[in-house]
Amino acid sequence: MYSALKNQLYHWIFQPRGPEGGTIVLVQRRVFILPTRQGIVFALTLLLMLVGSINYGLSLGFVLTFLLAGLGITAMLHTFRNLAHMRVAPGRVPAVFAGEHARFTVRLENPGATDRYEIGLTRDRNAAAFHDIPAQHQVLASVDVPAPRRGPLRPGRLTLFTRYPLGLFHAWSYLDLDVQCVVYPRPARPGAPLPPQVSSEGSGALHGQGQEDFSGLRQYHPGDSPRHIAWKAAARDQGLLTKQFSGRADAELWLDWQQLPATMDVEARLSQLTRWVIDAQASSVSYGLRLPGMTLPVATGEAHRERCLEALALFDVRVLDRDGSQAQSA
Amino acid sequence: MYGCSTGMDPRLNLRSTLWLTGALLLLAAPHVDRLPWWIITLALMLVAWRVYLGKMRFELPRKWLLLAIVAGTVTGVYLTYRTIFGRDAGIALLMVMLALKLLEARTRRDGMLLCFLGYFLVITNFLHSQTIPTALYMLACVWLITAGMVHLQHGHSDAGYRVPLRAAGLMLAQSAPLMLVLFLFFPRVQGPLWGLPHDAFSAVSGLSESMSPGSFTNLTLSDAVAFRVEFKEQAPPPRDLYWRGPVMWDFDGYSWSAPPYQYASQLRYDAQLPAIEYSVTLEPHNDRWLLALDLPARVPPGAIPTSDFQLRSAAPVTTRVRYDMQSFLKVEFGRAESRQAMRRALRLPAGFNPRTAEFARALRKKFADDRALMNAVLAMFRDEAYFYTLSPPQLGDHPVDDFLFGTRRGFCEYYASAFAVLMRAAGIPARIVTGYLGGELNPLGNYMIVRQSDAHAWTEVWFPDAGWVRVDPTAAVSPLRVESGIAAALPRTDPLPLLVRGDYPWLRQLRLTWDSVANSWNQWVLGYNPERQRSLMTRIGIDRSTWESLAFLLVIATLTVTVILFLLMARRSRAATDPVKRAYLLFCRKLAGAGLPRAPSEGPAAYAARLAAARPDLQTAVAAITRLYIVLRYGVAPGPAARREFEERVRHFSAATR
Repeated sequence: MYSALKNQLYHWIFQPRGPEGGTIVLVQRRVFILPTRQGIVFALTLLLMLVGSINYGLSLGFVLTFLLAGLGITAMLHTFRNLAHMRVAPGRVPAVFAGEHARFTVRLENPGATDRYEIGLTRDRNAAAFHDIPAQHQVLASVDVPAPRRGPLRPGRLTLFTRYPLGLFHAWSYLDLDVQCVVYPRPARPGAPLPPQVSSEGSGALHGQGQEDFSGLRQYHPGDSPRHIAWKAAARDQGLLTKQFSGRADAELWLDWQQLPATMDVEARLSQLTRWVIDAQASSVSYGLRLPGMTLPVATGEAHRERCLEALALFDVRVLDRDGSQAQSA
Repeated sequence: MYGCSTGMDPRLNLRSTLWLTGALLLLAAPHVDRLPWWIITLALMLVAWRVYLGKMRFELPRKWLLLAIVAGTVTGVYLTYRTIFGRDAGIALLMVMLALKLLEARTRRDGMLLCFLGYFLVITNFLHSQTIPTALYMLACVWLITAGMVHLQHGHSDAGYRVPLRAAGLMLAQSAPLMLVLFLFFPRVQGPLWGLPHDAFSAVSGLSESMSPGSFTNLTLSDAVAFRVEFKEQAPPPRDLYWRGPVMWDFDGYSWSAPPYQYASQLRYDAQLPAIEYSVTLEPHNDRWLLALDLPARVPPGAIPTSDFQLRSAAPVTTRVRYDMQSFLKVEFGRAESRQAMRRALRLPAGFNPRTAEFARALRKKFADDRALMNAVLAMFRDEAYFYTLSPPQLGDHPVDDFLFGTRRGFCEYYASAFAVLMRAAGIPARIVTGYLGGELNPLGNYMIVRQSDAHAWTEVWFPDAGWVRVDPTAAVSPLRVESGIAAALPRTDPLPLLVRGDYPWLRQLRLTWDSVANSWNQWVLGYNPERQRSLMTRIGIDRSTWESLAFLLVIATLTVTVILFLLMARRSRAATDPVKRAYLLFCRKLAGAGLPRAPSEGPAAYAARLAAARPDLQTAVAAITRLYIVLRYGVAPGPAARREFEERVRHFSAATR
């Protein structure tokens, strides 16, 4: 009963509306304000001063106490105004790999005629980014959110707050932005060599396996074939370098879910495929990606890489069950 | 505009620390000559230490060291004041605590606490002085402290000095109406709420409950105001301005003192003339006497009369009090005096002043009539070589003898004392009345200022047929003292405060102007008490102002002012409307008035084309305005001249058919 009432009160006050797209205007209804701990200490100081003024009959004591009480009220209005009527819009969110921090950017716009100071943006109340926003200007603020798992990541409820100008009041507003960050799977440890390339005609593995045309050297990764190590360079004390070869134009590299051992679990396979996409991109090989229920044709380029990584990030495990059941019924 | 990521309670930066230090030093400055030297030295050393540590970025001292300093200070304060709770002891402790808090201030939270302590320090200054200059100085300090608090909030970027000072000034200015509302309507209670320490109020007074002429010349000539008087009608002439204070009966050979008070239930007199009506605003003097024109005809509330026509306040006068009074200038009183009082009024200590006693006996033989004897003594003062001076020579073991037959120089106390002793020795009952004589009329405020330097002593002599009669022997020696005040009565060589002298007319004028401002300040700001609040409420139509009605009024007024302030502020924080757009909308409204409204989806160019077809007479004007509008809205960096031109054309545009 009590918790239901509390819940209702919470909804009535904060009116959670779920993620919102587009620009959010912080209308007065969305800005909340409460005194800080220092604000309460300030009020107690004023009470003490009032009692002292009454006791000693100090008229100027009354004047000072009342001036400061007025200052408290004014400070409350200023703190409120420092936040109210601001416009907030989500910015671009670059994708990250699982295990990294996603950086959500938020555009804060001050449409009013007065400068705003010390606007903080925070997610977990432990640390915040503070910004000063002059009148009719906008700034970009950002929050870092840990991205432990692949898939779409929402920043959750962000808090925009301020205590300016006197620190006696804390005004805040909740932001539930309709943005998401694509979190790619965590790449597997480098080591497993890229799968063999096939000719565009699909006539099986070529001899040499895309290693005909020497195209340069790169840093050695553990697991690179010893045959590709540039031993001459190693002899010249340049460290271990691996020779890079570009495949023939008609050679195709397929990064295929099915090629991976059946013993690997889903996430491990995705991690390995992610590693391969990165490696293939780094060695400028054309590659395609085959996942259960989806195929991305062979291509090169940054956009292709992103498409592949995104497919891996958003890979839906339920596809496997469906495929599995189809296989059984077939 | 870079943001930086930090915790919620950042460390105090050096600039904020220095700012707060400066503001606190300014606040503490007026206390310097009121506190013992070691407190000042200790506080300054602590502050200097803090600034040094801050500049060198050294670690702040540890807690145990601070605690040791606290313990030492408390002991020192106790040894100096014999208490740690009095007013001065409290201020001394507060000063050291502030310096220590400054020394250990690490974070912004500490900084804010320092600001709050600073506000508290302001109030302690008011315990000593509540004058206009003090108020202005303290206002400046409050501004600085508040700006310091704003500066603290700029914890993540360097704000400089301008922004915090402007923000603090703006906020204090906006608080002024709220302060006024609270000041007027906050239900006032008459203090004190608990017993005050005995040193709560400092005051100077030219009066006391005893006087010893000749023991040492202790007359303090202060031009401080004793009280101010507003007369209902014309002020009486100076020779009638005897302000009655403590009455002294007992003489021990050296000094006169007042006996234990015999309170009377009422004032008994025999009025002969209509009473003079006036009101007195008495400065606090920490004692209980109230001053009234000789002879008081009524007892103000909270006062008790004595049988010798003094008015005594029920409690020491520790704040400025204002009371309405009536007095009779010519009145007969005290004919039915008790035998006990008569004995008291004739008593003289044995073995003192033998020559005076002998002289009195000789006079008694010569004059059988009391009045003739009295006049003979006054004539002696007037005609023989007696002088009025504020720096008389020291007197010996028989002060009256020495004065009457030796030095012959003195001020009012000397003459009053000698005269009363002579009268008593001759068998005529006499007593000494102290108070003030005269006063300066301030034409600017139409009131009278009576200063401590106007303090005076005279005598009252008892006759069987007339009761107590006022006799001022000083008037016989120096009539100018009575008619024109102390400055005129003194020889030029006597030291006298500049303000009491009348040498510089422009200075006098300036002083009177200033005093009339100070008087208004006293009456309306410092003197605003429960009584004044009630009368103000009556004036605005609340007849019986109770605690509840005041609280209600207070809440309503505060809310109203807050809402007005909020609306004024909100206007500036909302999106500012583009003046160009506003002007274009005005242009559209003008055309809509002529029956050609713009369709919601119609662009400016399409609208202009339609207008040109419909109203060829307006074509040029419409085309010019539309062209300017498009340039202003979508053009690359149009100048302010284009905007002015555009607004001008829109204003003069008329869609009326010619």
